[in-house]
Amino acid sequence: MSGMCCAVPDGLKYTQSHEWVKLHEDGVATVGITDHAQDHLGEVVFVELPETGAQVSAGGSFGNVESVKATSDVNSPISGEVVEINSKLSETPGLINTSPYEDGWMIKVKPSSPAEADGLLDAAKYTKHREEEDAH
Amino acid sequence: MSVTGSAGARGAARPLMRLVTMSGAPILRQLHLEERLLRRTADNWCVINDGTAPPTIVMGVSGRVSELVEIEPVLRDRVPVVRRYSGGGTVIVDQGTVFVTIICDKSAVAGLQPFPRDIMSWSGQLYGKVFDRFGEFHLRENDYAFSHRKFGGNAQSITKNRWVHHTSFLWDYDVENMDYLKIPKRAPEYRLARNHTEFLCRMKEYMPSRSVFTDGVITALGEQFSVQPTDLETVLSNDEEFVPSTKLLSQQDLEEIVSSKGSSSLGVQEVEA
Repeated sequence: MSGMCCAVPDGLKYTQSHEWVKLHEDGVATVGITDHAQDHLGEVVFVELPETGAQVSAGGSFGNVESVKATSDVNSPISGEVVEINSKLSETPGLINTSPYEDGWMIKVKPSSPAEADGLLDAAKYTKHREEEDAH
Repeated sequence: MSVTGSAGARGAARPLMRLVTMSGAPILRQLHLEERLLRRTADNWCVINDGTAPPTIVMGVSGRVSELVEIEPVLRDRVPVVRRYSGGGTVIVDQGTVFVTIICDKSAVAGLQPFPRDIMSWSGQLYGKVFDRFGEFHLRENDYAFSHRKFGGNAQSITKNRWVHHTSFLWDYDVENMDYLKIPKRAPEYRLARNHTEFLCRMKEYMPSRSVFTDGVITALGEQFSVQPTDLETVLSNDEEFVPSTKLLSQQDLEEIVSSKGSSSLGVQEVEA
């Protein structure tokens, strides 16, 4: 595990299962996995994403990533409709490792219940959560 | 989440692990069972399948058939090809293969985070207890090996609250079957470009019997879990709605790959295995 890990940007919301969501002013939300997740997963070699138009549910799996001989589910922080997927990840799945909060974004969602994000963790609470996990 | 079990040393409760043992079950059936146990139950499981038939090629979720499989002889000899739900590489399995699958709730092992290397570290220690007295056992880059020769290949699937670690152990293997597989582009460093027969070894050359191996696995698990033999029929309800993702590739699928001149197989993302 990397001693340099892990970035936790302000302005995002986080889940206990290590996904992040950014709510934009136009109402669309961007979703990805955190620096902690990519660090623990190892080199991502394959990404499976839903199709646009698919419905996602808060806490439910919307796709998976493959790393170190493992497929790992990725769960949506919020409910809604997938309006865009990051097509770059098919050619360059490693973007999730090198840029988990920027170029490595996974899906964009039109939220069906914007208030769901209020129940997610802010940066401080997520930092505490992941430090507690790593302390075991 | 299953937590009822029995008290071990020092009064600590060991979580329950249900044990299912099979012999010769087709690998497709085994993998479908695993997916159901992973996604549709809350219990911890160990599934042991001693041998399988017919000989079958099993690929990881993102494997590219054209890069991993010698398709022409596979089509000629009608060797089944399965794409499983977990990650990892390609194997050919037969009666000489012993499968051990561990399915756990994420809270089953205290302090274990549900990430690949964490789970592999835990499993490596578990299997060390099984194999240390039979040879120089190592977890080498996610393989189980005696010295530098692989005898067990692993793969995993991790959901939000549960994980699977499954292994195909080479009790024995038919060297001719290896001709159906290409040497993968993405290979562990310790392989050092060795061919299949130089890279692999047979467990039967290190251990006296299959039952010594499987009993050893159950004993090792018993240190952490309360292992309870379970009859599947009494546990699984009819779950007609569940559709496993593990698939048998059809002859037509394979023929299309041959005729497509190396293009993407079945819509899987173009990645190295």
